[in-house]
Amino acid sequence: MIDLSTSYLGLTLKNPLVASPSPLCEDLDNIRRMEDAGAAAVVLHSLFEEQIELEGAHLDRALAYGTESFAESLSYFPDMTSYNLGPEGYVEHVRRAKAAVGIPVIASLNGVSEGGWTRYAKHIEEAGADALELNIYYIPTRPELSGEEVERVYFDLVARVKSSVHIPVAVKLSPYFSAMANMARRLEQAGADALVLFNRFYQPDFDLESREVVPSLTLSNSGTLLLRLHWVAILYGQMRADLAVTGGVHTGTDALKAMMAGARVAMMTSALLKHGIAHFATVRAQMTAWMEENEYTSIRQMQGSMSQRSVENPSAFQRGNYMKVLSSYALRPLGKI
Amino acid sequence: MIRPKVTIDGNEAAAHVAYHLNEVIAIYPITPSSPMGEWADQWSSEKKANLWGTVPRVIEMQSEGGAAGTLHGALQAGALATTFTSSQGLLLMIPNMYKIAGELTSTVFHVAARSLAAQALSIFGDHGDVMAARGTGFALLASNSVQEAMDGALIAHAAALEARVPFLHFFDGFRTSHEVSKIEQLTAQDMRGMIDDDLVRAHRARALSPDHPFIRGTAQNPDVYFQARESVNPYYLACPTIVQNAMDKFAQITGRKYHLFEYTGAPDAEQVIVLMGSGAEAAQETIEYLTSRGKKVGLLKVRLYRPFSVDHFVAALPATVKAIAVLDRTKEPGSVGEPLYLDVVTAVSEAVTCGRANFRGFPRIIGGRYGLSSKEFTPAMVARVFDELAKDKPKNHFTLGIHDDVTHTSLSHDPQFSTESPDTVRALFYGLGSDGTVGANKNSIKIIGEDTENYAQGYFVYDSKKSGSLTISHLRFGPRPIHSTYLISRANFIACHQFSFLERIDVLKAAEPGATFLLNSPYGPGEVWDHLPRTTQQEIIARKLRFFVIDGDKVAQEAGMGGRINTIMQTCFFAISGVLPRDNAIAAIKHSIEKTYGKRGEAVVRKNFAAVDAALAHLNQVAVPAAATATKDMRPPVPAEAPEFLRRVTAMMIVGEGDALPVSAMPVDGSYPTGTAQWEKRNIALEIPVWDQELCIQCGKCVLVCPHAVIRAKIYDPAKAGTAPAEFLHAAPRWREFSELRYTLQVAPEDCTGCGLCVQVCPAKSKSEARHKAINMAPQAPLRDAQRENWEYFLEIPEIDPQLLALGHVKDVQLLQPLFEFSGACAGCGETPYIKLMTQLFGDRVFIANATGCSSIYGGNLPTTPYTSNRQGRGPAWSNSLFEDNAEFGLGMRLALDKQAEYARELVQRLSATFGEELAGGLLCANQSNAAGIAEQRGRVENLKEKLKKQSGAAACDLLALADALVRKSVWIVGGDGWGYDIGFGGLDHVLASGQDVNILLLDTEVYSNTGGQMSKATPRGAVAKFAAGGKSTRKKDLGMMAINYGSAYVAQVAMGGSDTHTLKALLEAEAFHGPSLVIAYSHCIAHGYDMVYGIEQQKNAVLSGHWPLFRYHPDLVKAGKNPFQLDSRPPSIPLQKYIYNESRYTMLMHSNPVAAKQLLQEAQEDVASRWKLYEHLAAMKPAAVTEEAKS
Repeated sequence: MIDLSTSYLGLTLKNPLVASPSPLCEDLDNIRRMEDAGAAAVVLHSLFEEQIELEGAHLDRALAYGTESFAESLSYFPDMTSYNLGPEGYVEHVRRAKAAVGIPVIASLNGVSEGGWTRYAKHIEEAGADALELNIYYIPTRPELSGEEVERVYFDLVARVKSSVHIPVAVKLSPYFSAMANMARRLEQAGADALVLFNRFYQPDFDLESREVVPSLTLSNSGTLLLRLHWVAILYGQMRADLAVTGGVHTGTDALKAMMAGARVAMMTSALLKHGIAHFATVRAQMTAWMEENEYTSIRQMQGSMSQRSVENPSAFQRGNYMKVLSSYALRPLGKI
Repeated sequence: MIRPKVTIDGNEAAAHVAYHLNEVIAIYPITPSSPMGEWADQWSSEKKANLWGTVPRVIEMQSEGGAAGTLHGALQAGALATTFTSSQGLLLMIPNMYKIAGELTSTVFHVAARSLAAQALSIFGDHGDVMAARGTGFALLASNSVQEAMDGALIAHAAALEARVPFLHFFDGFRTSHEVSKIEQLTAQDMRGMIDDDLVRAHRARALSPDHPFIRGTAQNPDVYFQARESVNPYYLACPTIVQNAMDKFAQITGRKYHLFEYTGAPDAEQVIVLMGSGAEAAQETIEYLTSRGKKVGLLKVRLYRPFSVDHFVAALPATVKAIAVLDRTKEPGSVGEPLYLDVVTAVSEAVTCGRANFRGFPRIIGGRYGLSSKEFTPAMVARVFDELAKDKPKNHFTLGIHDDVTHTSLSHDPQFSTESPDTVRALFYGLGSDGTVGANKNSIKIIGEDTENYAQGYFVYDSKKSGSLTISHLRFGPRPIHSTYLISRANFIACHQFSFLERIDVLKAAEPGATFLLNSPYGPGEVWDHLPRTTQQEIIARKLRFFVIDGDKVAQEAGMGGRINTIMQTCFFAISGVLPRDNAIAAIKHSIEKTYGKRGEAVVRKNFAAVDAALAHLNQVAVPAAATATKDMRPPVPAEAPEFLRRVTAMMIVGEGDALPVSAMPVDGSYPTGTAQWEKRNIALEIPVWDQELCIQCGKCVLVCPHAVIRAKIYDPAKAGTAPAEFLHAAPRWREFSELRYTLQVAPEDCTGCGLCVQVCPAKSKSEARHKAINMAPQAPLRDAQRENWEYFLEIPEIDPQLLALGHVKDVQLLQPLFEFSGACAGCGETPYIKLMTQLFGDRVFIANATGCSSIYGGNLPTTPYTSNRQGRGPAWSNSLFEDNAEFGLGMRLALDKQAEYARELVQRLSATFGEELAGGLLCANQSNAAGIAEQRGRVENLKEKLKKQSGAAACDLLALADALVRKSVWIVGGDGWGYDIGFGGLDHVLASGQDVNILLLDTEVYSNTGGQMSKATPRGAVAKFAAGGKSTRKKDLGMMAINYGSAYVAQVAMGGSDTHTLKALLEAEAFHGPSLVIAYSHCIAHGYDMVYGIEQQKNAVLSGHWPLFRYHPDLVKAGKNPFQLDSRPPSIPLQKYIYNESRYTMLMHSNPVAAKQLLQEAQEDVASRWKLYEHLAAMKPAAVTEEAKS
């Protein structure tokens, strides 16, 4: 009997496959289907403080727009006694998700203001979330802002949230830091219980016809995984915090690679969007089949087995790997690059 | 018992009681009563229970007639039922009122009394409507103040149940319905104490029921109708006593005493004024003032006007009375006197004749009219009436508050006479509608009313324009009850929230010596003085005003409040007025911000808090110099070159001095010159569009969408255009045939509202900087002078001959002169571009019948109106009849035109020998299907007129008068969805079926826009509106399909943002079709809850999502063997939510009820699919074979 179990954020999970935040998680039925398909935990879609604020501002503007200007139409809308505008809707969703499934429910938070991060984190904890993932989505566009200052924002934020809640806290990161390993270490020191590698930013595209900037969203593929594998493998063993891979996990092979690099869990969204929620079962079956074939008895056995410290030639993860990649491209026939 | 003190308006006060005491509420929106129905609907949707613990059913009907019918049915089936209405709405209820009263049915109608449309519509208050209903058999009970509106409502309901006489409970529209006042709120216990449940059960027991059947509503014959009509007498005889008993019971419960006729004043008064309504409050204040000075005067307030109790009336008059003045707030042309006057004369006469009077002799009785359409009624006028009564030969049938220099009815009064209490704070605030001034002031009244022992009153005066509108708030606070039902003319605090007002209006006119003046100014305390007009400087110095400035806009921007300076200015008011200790005031403001905005999210509250905190730091007192230094003064309301009528009459209205216009200045029949909006340079845009002639592709889209016709294009011969100003831009025309000429796109800088639709729609972008387009917004102030000069030059350039243009192309249509310009519509309005386009195409020969609503308000509300004429003096002939009859109104125009044309043709035939067969033949056989043909026919008609002028004889004279009818006229029936889908649907349906050649332009905003966003049958499923607070649960009516069903009407559904060419094609086809045409035009609207700058994009999304398919149905195609139904848009290509969730009318439901929102979205998406399937099927159908017989 193969033991697929793993632990993440102090939670014992029946397998390492976790649903990462996506609109799929907005629907309770989907979350139930995820559990049925074998997901070991679910990370809910993010509570976006900015969105809450924007919605409030829009509603405020809509209710005020054109009012008290003309005697016949002093207002245009009924102003109800309450609106589902604050974090209440999300918090209620966490509560319902917890009630609906037996697997751990991890909430995700994307804050804006100092007060917002901690305030919403507390609300989420109170709703019964098993853990919290901080989805820090910050694009430093001001030339005056130094890397050091940006990094400090991250550390302060993690420390503040950690001091305000008791549930475990994971931090989801982007790969764009000068010293990723140092960053990881200092986040851990700030209190992060896990690091989730990496966030995929929505990058705007251009519409040449209208010459407008348009939002674009492309799904990941197995190729997306490589950057994650790289960094999990580097960080594994160098820190106490758990590591999670998100982005590019589409197959059992991908998930196994993530484990071997040293991840505790492998998170999926794009694969589910492509193949449906039942894809969890497929990936799990692929993992089991490979492990049987290769006589692995447990996931724990393989975790970190291909990390930087465990492989034959650790420098492959450093510049050597770069050289290897270049030479491997050179071996391909021209014209197909 | 301790009752809550609340600060509310008269509508809410009456609705509070009406809601608690009824089970069925049937309403229809009409100003100023709409808020009563809206409150009831909101409370019902929030599941608030009535006195018996059940939630009343509230239904919005298609008209007031419908509401009255529903109510009648509900009453007959035993419900406790009520309604709310005003003005024309009450008139539509009258037929049912006779029935309800004839059947002795207990009910109360609550009426915010409003003027009736006569020479003009007016939304303001008088008793014209109530008086029109005085013959119905309803009891009429008047309430004079906000407190009384609540108290009177309860007394009316209690009395109606006992008396079995239905009641019309009324209070003055706006003056009471919209006045905000601190009152004591009646509790459920109070209502329980007044309402006898046995009477409620008796009411139910009288209902129709198949369980104990009887018939009510028979037809009677000469033998019994009369006797049956007399059978109700005992009920009417008993009614006054029942009402007085109810008033007495009410006094026991609440301590507030009321009487059928309530006397106040000197017990030995010799002169007494009789009146009812809010004017009685001002009169009471005057009486108190005069009697305290020893005058023997008194006031008799009439509360129960019908049934009129002569005994109670004469008993209420002091025995010493020698002279009575009866004041009526209505006018009955041709009558001996107005109704209340006639009743008083009759009552006194009967009492004296029968010896039932307690006074000696027959007092002299005079009557007068006052306060029509909320005309001011002040203590000075009351005092003047007493002066008149003291005369040996007082004037009868006088008027107050106007200067009648025609029939000399008016009594002039002393404007200096004042009864204002010195311990009352009187504050005036001049704001913009969009800056939140009124909202903040309503809030301040609540703070003062509810946080202090002071009494508080607020009244708000609004603009007649919907964009850039000026608001004036009149606030009073004081230790004594406030009876001042008139505007503040002596203020001890004045705030001007927009610096630009200073050059338009004399905001300090009402400032008392030593008053405080707060100005929102971009200039600081050190520099502001030099930017003030000379008049303002002089007033500040002469009246020794304390002068404060704050840059409210800057503080608002920094606090993230955008243009809303409300909380900033409110904080400053409290800081310097001393009404409350500063810290208490700040705490109270913050508390109320939390209360008001808390539900809209923490960020909104934080933003407002930041604004409050920042306000005080930026408030500065100005050191006032000893002498006025300004060389510039306020600018004239209209330029010196404006026509005489505008300079003499309209200008007075523009600057708010219309009250001073004498009767002789008024046209006697409601006819006014058109083309007046062009003279009122409102300068309301902060930014205006600027043309980049290098980038421009001259597509004409900006010209097409501009709601206010401020962007125009011309092609002209520069050699013939005179010397252009230095900055006048032009480019080579992108028309091959005009390549020798020049093209200019010009903006009217002082008429633009700054909506930005033009920039949004512009397709030409710079190759090096994508955000730079061929038209871009830039601050107006630095551009104003040069662009004004350019605009004036541009106007002088002759228009191109329309015969040279291809009218099916938007690009060419931009060169046609709009004959609808600078209207008072909202910035970014979605309706006006269609009207403007229609006037470009047909404006010089069009009759417009305009349904009441937004389009009649921005189309015809004084002081200035937008329809104008071309260089030849031709332009739209426009009129508004009513809301409900517009299709019929337009049909009548068509019939008249056709008849006149027919008669003229007959005369041409009869007289042809006198002016030549060739001309006659030309006139009779003219092809007028295009611009050239019409121009030729006009030439023939001019020729004919010249010849006829030389002739004598009746036929020649007749033909001379009717000759213009020989030129083809176009009739356009214009209105909104409230009219076309609801109240006017019956008429519209009949006109569509009539086969007559009329064109209907239905501007579909999917909601009642003008009355403030009530649901219509055009409202789509899932949208939130008033009366659909939980999202409309039913599908939008498919009016187009209903019209198509006739097979004989041209029908098109268009959306300019979906396809402008399609819109253009539809208007041209509709007009050309010889039969009824209906064009349903998607019109984005402020009531959709998003920034109107995106209006055109939303129109496009509406089409792409399939919510608004574009189609045309042309009956003539059948004759050609073709399918008459043409589906002109593509299948839905974006999900519905991509369109609707850009608009707050939909997203609001996601916030208030996400589950319902999801369900309704799904259903609405299904609606789209099923409708598309139907349309697709229709479009694919092969036409039925047409027989030769049918073709012929």
